[in-house]
Amino acid sequence: MGLQRKDLLGLEHLTRAEIELILETARPMLAVLGRPVKKYPTLRGRIMVNLFYESSTRTRTSFELAAKALSADVVNIAVATSAVVKGESLVDTARTLEALGADWIVLRHSSSGAPHLLARQVRAGVINAGDGLHEHPTQGLLDLFTLLRRKGRIEGLRVGIVGDVLHSRVARSDIWGLTRLGAQVVLIGPPTLVPPGIEKLFPGVEVSYNLREVLPSLDAVQVLRLQLERQKRGLFPSVEEYSRFYRLDSERLRDWRAKPDLVVMHPGPANLGVEISEELANSPQSAIREQVQNGVAVRMAVLYLLAGGRTEE
Amino acid sequence: MAERSVQAKGDTIRAVQGAADATRGWLLKGGRVVDPANNVDGKADVLILNGKVVEVGPDLPRPAGMGEVRELDCDGLVVLPGLVDMHVHLREPGQERKETIASGARAALAGGFTSIACMPNTDPPLDTAAAITYVREKATAARAARVYPIGAITKGRRGEELAPIGEMVEAGAVAVSDDGLPVANASLLRHALEYSRRWGIPVIEHCDDPTLAPDGVMNEGPVSLRLGLRGMPAEGEVSWVFRDCLLARLAGGRLHIAHLSAAGSVEVVRWAKSQGIAVTAEVTPHHLLLTDELVASSGYDTSTKVNPPLRSEADRQAVLTALQEGVIDCIASDHAPHMEEEKNREYDLAPFGMVGLETTLALVMTRLIDEGYLSWSAAVERLAVAPARILRLPGGAGTLSPGAMADVVVVDPRAEWVVDPARFYSRGRNTPFAGWKLRGQVVYGFVGGELRFDRTVGGFLD
Ligand SMILES: [Zn+2]
Ligand SMILES: [Zn+2]
Repeated sequence: MGLQRKDLLGLEHLTRAEIELILETARPMLAVLGRPVKKYPTLRGRIMVNLFYESSTRTRTSFELAAKALSADVVNIAVATSAVVKGESLVDTARTLEALGADWIVLRHSSSGAPHLLARQVRAGVINAGDGLHEHPTQGLLDLFTLLRRKGRIEGLRVGIVGDVLHSRVARSDIWGLTRLGAQVVLIGPPTLVPPGIEKLFPGVEVSYNLREVLPSLDAVQVLRLQLERQKRGLFPSVEEYSRFYRLDSERLRDWRAKPDLVVMHPGPANLGVEISEELANSPQSAIREQVQNGVAVRMAVLYLLAGGRTEE
Repeated sequence: MAERSVQAKGDTIRAVQGAADATRGWLLKGGRVVDPANNVDGKADVLILNGKVVEVGPDLPRPAGMGEVRELDCDGLVVLPGLVDMHVHLREPGQERKETIASGARAALAGGFTSIACMPNTDPPLDTAAAITYVREKATAARAARVYPIGAITKGRRGEELAPIGEMVEAGAVAVSDDGLPVANASLLRHALEYSRRWGIPVIEHCDDPTLAPDGVMNEGPVSLRLGLRGMPAEGEVSWVFRDCLLARLAGGRLHIAHLSAAGSVEVVRWAKSQGIAVTAEVTPHHLLLTDELVASSGYDTSTKVNPPLRSEADRQAVLTALQEGVIDCIASDHAPHMEEEKNREYDLAPFGMVGLETTLALVMTRLIDEGYLSWSAAVERLAVAPARILRLPGGAGTLSPGAMADVVVVDPRAEWVVDPARFYSRGRNTPFAGWKLRGQVVYGFVGGELRFDRTVGGFLD
């Protein structure tokens, strides 16, 4: 079976079967990455453009390695955020890239919906590498893949997402992906960052403002990066107070009676000491390093499948 | 084009094509005349002489000895007083690539509006008598719909000092507004309301608390949360409507709420009217017919981006009910043209606004009249009589009363058409209704007894 899509814009509109297909395809990709010669010839002669309106070395590099591992050519374009308002429009830029032969445009943009705009207007495939506060589907997929490898299943897991859910595209993709595969999701954070009513929006999602209360019931936790500038907008009083109630560290996991096999994830880059302690991030419970490695494999799978690649029935 | 062409007498057609100016009068025969100001809804003739309505009644004879009175067969058509759109953005001076006074006035007449009131948020803003005069002169030269300028409440729309309201009214302004922005300073709005009493004009407010959602781009709710777009809560409008109604009670004057969009605002206006506060309100076709779900289902299509934003289904139902009940007085388009390249971009960076002059009447006909929400009389009351009354337009605007200036539109209620923005007279193409199949199209548009628009011969007669 294959993926009958030109674009990957978000996990909201992917079926369970499509998500499972991507995760299944990522497994052999990960195996390739473990070999001395990390290459498949599948995408030879095809061009993937990283079009990044926000800098993210991590995501850009991951896409680049994924494309190169499939023998595609990669072009990186970084556009300063200041150039978004003035200068060449996003649509014009994308049309130019398409005219130059781009098969896929991997778009990172601060505006929610920017990849949808492109997908409608260019023939090239559009892969959302994070749009505003909306979605970051390959991050969601790599989180699923990481959990699956750690736990052997997604169905029935109880997964906490801790932090600034309101402003997190990672959280939205995680929520869609996890719930579609049958996990229970608990959104955890102060009420300013976990807005009321959000549980009605996503089926099968709970909300808790109290990390301590809910922590013992969790099988895994995704810790979100805290944007420190949110404090200025009155969303929480201080970083210290935030950390006091919502930071994860090993001592706290013990004291608050987290399951011993709780898997700790973070999409990165982490504010070490703010939302997660450095020692927990580097502990055996942490899957953060695997998330990075798995990210390349998952992106390979996405490219492979969007290119029309199929798995055996 | 109307699919059903209109039968006119042979000599009339030639007169229309050749020398409309020579015509001193018209006898509109056999149409369904809807004139709620005079409790008329039925088959009747309308006699127009020397720019004025002379008589409305069944089987009017052609006046003897008046060879220059032309007959138009209006059988199967609906004859209305020219509609009035009290909330339109023309972009001249300053942004003529979006719209000019002439292109907007033509779009208006083609859409059935013989009078429009234009908002002062041009560049520079309409905040002096000279600017008001400029708009009126441009409008006269356009020979399409009448254009009544609205002056700014504050100088430069900066919300700091009152603009010369009296001078602007003397020059022809029919209202004041800082539309696009609310007047944030409560004492300044109070003084504007007080001062406006001397001039008898309404103060029109764009109600929204600018501190509640300074960077919002759509209605706040489940859809904005899902799409990751910054929200504008309805409460920002509701609290502002309430504040303004209280200021109107304090100050007197006439307050008009622009583009009311939230269910809570309906309750506030209902309360204020029950208290005898002089408040009126308008609603747009898009808030009557669309919801924020369209932002999602259209895939972030920026034609859905408008301020106030498309609200929830509960809000939509509330404003529709309020319009039926008369709590909301009138329909206005908030016609806000933008260039395609401005709209074809990221959702949060695209400008707010939709065009509406050429779709409003057909939307009302197709979705409100044909579906039973409004009778023809109620629709014309809200599209013509009420806005003319709120703005106190001269010359019996909005009516077919004897002696009124003959602003008349004739509509084919069965003409079906598909909204194609490329065919608009407006320079703006930004509408979420593109592709909608609508019923109802203006066939003839008379302004001051002069046939200026005739779709049977291709449109404007110049
Ligand atoms: Zn406004
Ligand atoms: Zn407006």
